[in-house]
Amino acid sequence: MEIQQGSKVALVGPSGYGKTTLIHLIAGILKSQSGSVQVAGVNLNEYSERDLLDYRIATMGLIFQEFKLLEYLRVLDNILLPFRLNPILELTPEIHSRAVDLAGKVGLGEKLDRYPKKLSQGERQRVALCRALITQPSLLLCDEPTANLDPGNRDRILDLLFEYCQAEQASLVMVTHDPEVLHRFDREIDIRKFLPEPQTASS
Amino acid sequence: MKHTLYLAWNYLKYYRVKTLLLLLAISLTFFIPMALEQLSQQGSEKLRARAVATPLLLGNKGSATELCLNSLYFRESGLEPIPFRSLKDLRETGLARAIPLHLEYRVKDQPIVGTSQEYFSFRGLTFSGGRPMAVLGECVLGARAARNLKAEVGSSVISTPAGAFDIAGSFPLKMTVAGILNPGHTPDDDAVFTDIKTTWVISGKAHGHQDVGEQTADSLLLSRSASEVVASPALLSYTEITPENIGSFHFHGNPDSYPINAVIAVPGDKKTELMLRGRYQDHPAFQMVVPEDVVDELIGTVVSVKDLLLLAALSVGLATMLITALVFLLSIQLRKAEISTMKQIGASPALVRGTLITEILLILATGILISLILVWSLSNLGIPLLENYLY
Repeated sequence: MEIQQGSKVALVGPSGYGKTTLIHLIAGILKSQSGSVQVAGVNLNEYSERDLLDYRIATMGLIFQEFKLLEYLRVLDNILLPFRLNPILELTPEIHSRAVDLAGKVGLGEKLDRYPKKLSQGERQRVALCRALITQPSLLLCDEPTANLDPGNRDRILDLLFEYCQAEQASLVMVTHDPEVLHRFDREIDIRKFLPEPQTASS
Repeated sequence: MKHTLYLAWNYLKYYRVKTLLLLLAISLTFFIPMALEQLSQQGSEKLRARAVATPLLLGNKGSATELCLNSLYFRESGLEPIPFRSLKDLRETGLARAIPLHLEYRVKDQPIVGTSQEYFSFRGLTFSGGRPMAVLGECVLGARAARNLKAEVGSSVISTPAGAFDIAGSFPLKMTVAGILNPGHTPDDDAVFTDIKTTWVISGKAHGHQDVGEQTADSLLLSRSASEVVASPALLSYTEITPENIGSFHFHGNPDSYPINAVIAVPGDKKTELMLRGRYQDHPAFQMVVPEDVVDELIGTVVSVKDLLLLAALSVGLATMLITALVFLLSIQLRKAEISTMKQIGASPALVRGTLITEILLILATGILISLILVWSLSNLGIPLLENYLY
């Protein structure tokens, strides 16, 4: 499987065929037991844990189906979280301003001081989106980011994602079960073509 | 470090109920044993200071502890009296200054201490107003006694009768306040000092009344003969000693047999102290005690009890710490998803560990700080409370 820089790819297939596992392999969260994952010509298997971490921070933005916000941090702090979690990223006043701008762009400008539990599902996913975009990644990995959203919020999130990829020439790999959104992607990859047998029931 | 602290602080702030409960548990765990130690140490020091300042005590044979507690701290109890003669005998030895104490009566909750003027110089007591008592019926109030009785120099206080149905009990006597002492944070602050003879007036052993010899009103007399006059119950007994009636006050019987409760003996040196103690060692009716020894023994008993309490507090503290550790461990289990998210977003295991450890350290440090502040407050601001309890 090969994904071109700047392309937008939908990863489809039934649950249990390893879509989430593939996303985790590309992100370097998991290491492949056989074969290899290469990003921008670099084999991730050759990276140490520490390097994988730095590579993920520097290159990728991750968005999950369950949003995975930290409940005890306000919206702005959740957006800035990658800068607090990794020393290679420096939290400067410019980054702070970028986070505020980003939140304003997705309609959260008035809610920067709120805790996640005070937000709607759509708003929570928008916070997760901002958290993924704040590091200006060149690769966005999304695991069913719109599965829990109504069509209105789904389209809004997708608009924002595509807008970002267009502007930054970033690549997008998104796991989705939603046939209504497939037309927006450059390419659709069915995981079944690459795997002979179903794996676990995780996705 | 800055970011781990920030994350830890935000976590503790957000889950504030859990944080406060943990803080409370940890603060109490440290505060209770420290407070117990502090209170017992300060209490012991106060008790000892008074005892050390009192070289010897003469009293009735019986409980040495009771003799000391009553004579030094004016605790309410029935100390067996000794005759006034014993004071004279002690003075006649020439081995020590002797200061009498008569401790049977009260003005409301304040103990009346019948003594001599020498007591004030012996204890180093100074006057905030007025002067020592000079004539029968005058008294000097300790600072707190004056406050509690709302009395001032020149006003009066009335001794409290022993009991309404005790016809042989004490008489209420109106005493004039001659002076008020400066506060000394000792039991003297609570006392109403008066002359020994005045306490005998309160006891009824001395009294004053209308002169039956010259009284003309026959209604006040039951019979009159050349040698004897029998007064009617209607004869007026004075309950206040005034310049006009002071001459009518008189004693019945031999004052040498009148009661006092203890004598403070102040020997000139160690040798005379030993001689005095030897003299009373085998006395059939009296005992001469060294208050310092008695109080040390008492403190020894208190300290043993305190040690047991301390052990109990430490056991409870240990259990609390174990439960707190369990709470932290369970919390980490419950936060597995959050920890996983942090790692996926880019946190190293060391940073996650550091954040969790910072949370624990923040709770522990704040808990210990709170307990130290509480102990400091107790020892600095709580001393008056302690003194109120002790004295």
